[in-house]
Amino acid sequence: MSDLRDLYQEVILDHNKSPRNFRELPAADRHAHGDNPLCGDLVTIYVGLDQETLREVTFQGSGCAISQASASMMTDAVRGKTVVEARALARQFRTLLTEDGGPEAGLDDPAALGKLAVFTGVKDYPMRVKCATLAWHTLAAALEGKQDPVSTET
Amino acid sequence: MNRAARSLSELAFDVEAIRAEFPGLHQEVHGHPLVYLDNAATAQKPRAVIAAVERFYLRDTSNIHRGVHTLAERATATYEGARAAVARFLGAPSADEVVFTRGTTESINLVARSFVRPHLAPGDEVLVTWMEHHANIVPWQIVCGEAGATLRAVPIDERGVLDLAALDEALDRGRDRNGNRVKLVALGHVSNALGTVNPVREVVERAHARGVPVLLDGAQAVPHMPVDVAALGCDFYAFSSHKVFGPSGIGILWGRGELLAGMPPMLGGGDMIRSVSFEGTTYADPPKRFEAGTPNIEGAAGLAAALGFLAGLDREAVMAHEEALVAHAVEELAEIPGVTLVGTAPDRAAIVSFTVAGIHPHDVGTILDGRGVAIRAGHHCAQPLMRRFGLPATARASFALYNTHAEVEALAAAVRHARKVFGV
Repeated sequence: MSDLRDLYQEVILDHNKSPRNFRELPAADRHAHGDNPLCGDLVTIYVGLDQETLREVTFQGSGCAISQASASMMTDAVRGKTVVEARALARQFRTLLTEDGGPEAGLDDPAALGKLAVFTGVKDYPMRVKCATLAWHTLAAALEGKQDPVSTET
Repeated sequence: MNRAARSLSELAFDVEAIRAEFPGLHQEVHGHPLVYLDNAATAQKPRAVIAAVERFYLRDTSNIHRGVHTLAERATATYEGARAAVARFLGAPSADEVVFTRGTTESINLVARSFVRPHLAPGDEVLVTWMEHHANIVPWQIVCGEAGATLRAVPIDERGVLDLAALDEALDRGRDRNGNRVKLVALGHVSNALGTVNPVREVVERAHARGVPVLLDGAQAVPHMPVDVAALGCDFYAFSSHKVFGPSGIGILWGRGELLAGMPPMLGGGDMIRSVSFEGTTYADPPKRFEAGTPNIEGAAGLAAALGFLAGLDREAVMAHEEALVAHAVEELAEIPGVTLVGTAPDRAAIVSFTVAGIHPHDVGTILDGRGVAIRAGHHCAQPLMRRFGLPATARASFALYNTHAEVEALAAAVRHARKVFGV
């Protein structure tokens, strides 16, 4: 295990304490629920679309700092992106957390992750990877218009 | 409790001598000495257990009951010797009342499937409590669902104490002219999430007075207190080897002989039969009837060694030591701002559940691990209980006879550190 400060970076703790875009979006075009039954993390993602662009993205939920900060930072990161760009970013984020060979392995464009790179440290905590990816899986489900809740365990 | 009283509790009980018997305790985790406080999940193993399993592999490896050669006789003696050791450990009148299973979960499933299910009719009920582990909820839910029966849970109060009046009421409501619609009361002897020691003898008396048998889930009790099934008066008692310092993958169902005798097998196969033809099979008597296939023989050897290890200790002194550890932990944690203890029953054993304001229990668990302190964070397989307290999860420190007061202080220091990391 690496230093705990690599996991609990200031920016993660800050987003956990003061989550951005933490509200329901009553006029959402898409929304989806996600849960991690192993640890009880819950998240709901709301997306307001302007044709193919994610005009507004908000979330509500409860869980550990990693899951909540990840959802918070995701809502900031994907706002203004097209659906195709948001999906590509989701793919990059999952690669960051799951591929071996250093933080930049398997990434087409490491710089594209920007602030999301603070989650690199999660890779050293296999039990916590699902906490970080839950919001992204849920966003993908919302964009696909899935009706069933997303679970990390199916 | 003051420092002098604490050192007295450790003097009366030579905790360092005990620790020397557990090789797993002596290691560093992330550069800190391991502080193992996840004993309710599983316990570390003493040398005697490791040696017993090794001896079986090195010398006695063989199958049981059928072989006529020397190794098979040794294996059979080991396995049946372990059964007799369990019977003595539980105060059971006969070793034939001791069934080897894979663990507490399988023991409870066996009672659900073979004792309750055959008699369960639409409108019948099984009673559990709000503080049960999922292993003492789901098996009943399955058989109740099949039979059109109802699973009911007896409530608990804010401290995590069982509501005996509500139990009486549920038992009385079940009475009808054929006896009682409640077919079984199943409850934990000690709660795995709160540490509450249930008044099981009173529960047994109240249930028996209304003609209802009782199963006790002893998984969290057996490691901490002497258990005598005859004195408890219960009808079934289940526990797991791995929580009582033995190997994983083996557990016990003790049942009254006359009840076991009336139960059909759950699994069919070798070793559980008297004679087999294609037209039909005559089953062996209990306990073999419930032990189809080659069992966990080395596990039985290890379990017997674990029970022998416990029997060699002054169990009153062990209980006093653990009680002092819990009191110390409660005192230390209660002093930390933002810490809330979950479960404050006056009678409790070895388990302290808590939350830290502003830090999710999983983050508490990860930060404590960074300090070498192993605890459990989560719902503890007791989601209905968590809902009762309005919590998604708690952090849980659980103690065993080898823990020390210095480790309680390390726990408290690590929780303070977590608050610093999170700036709360």
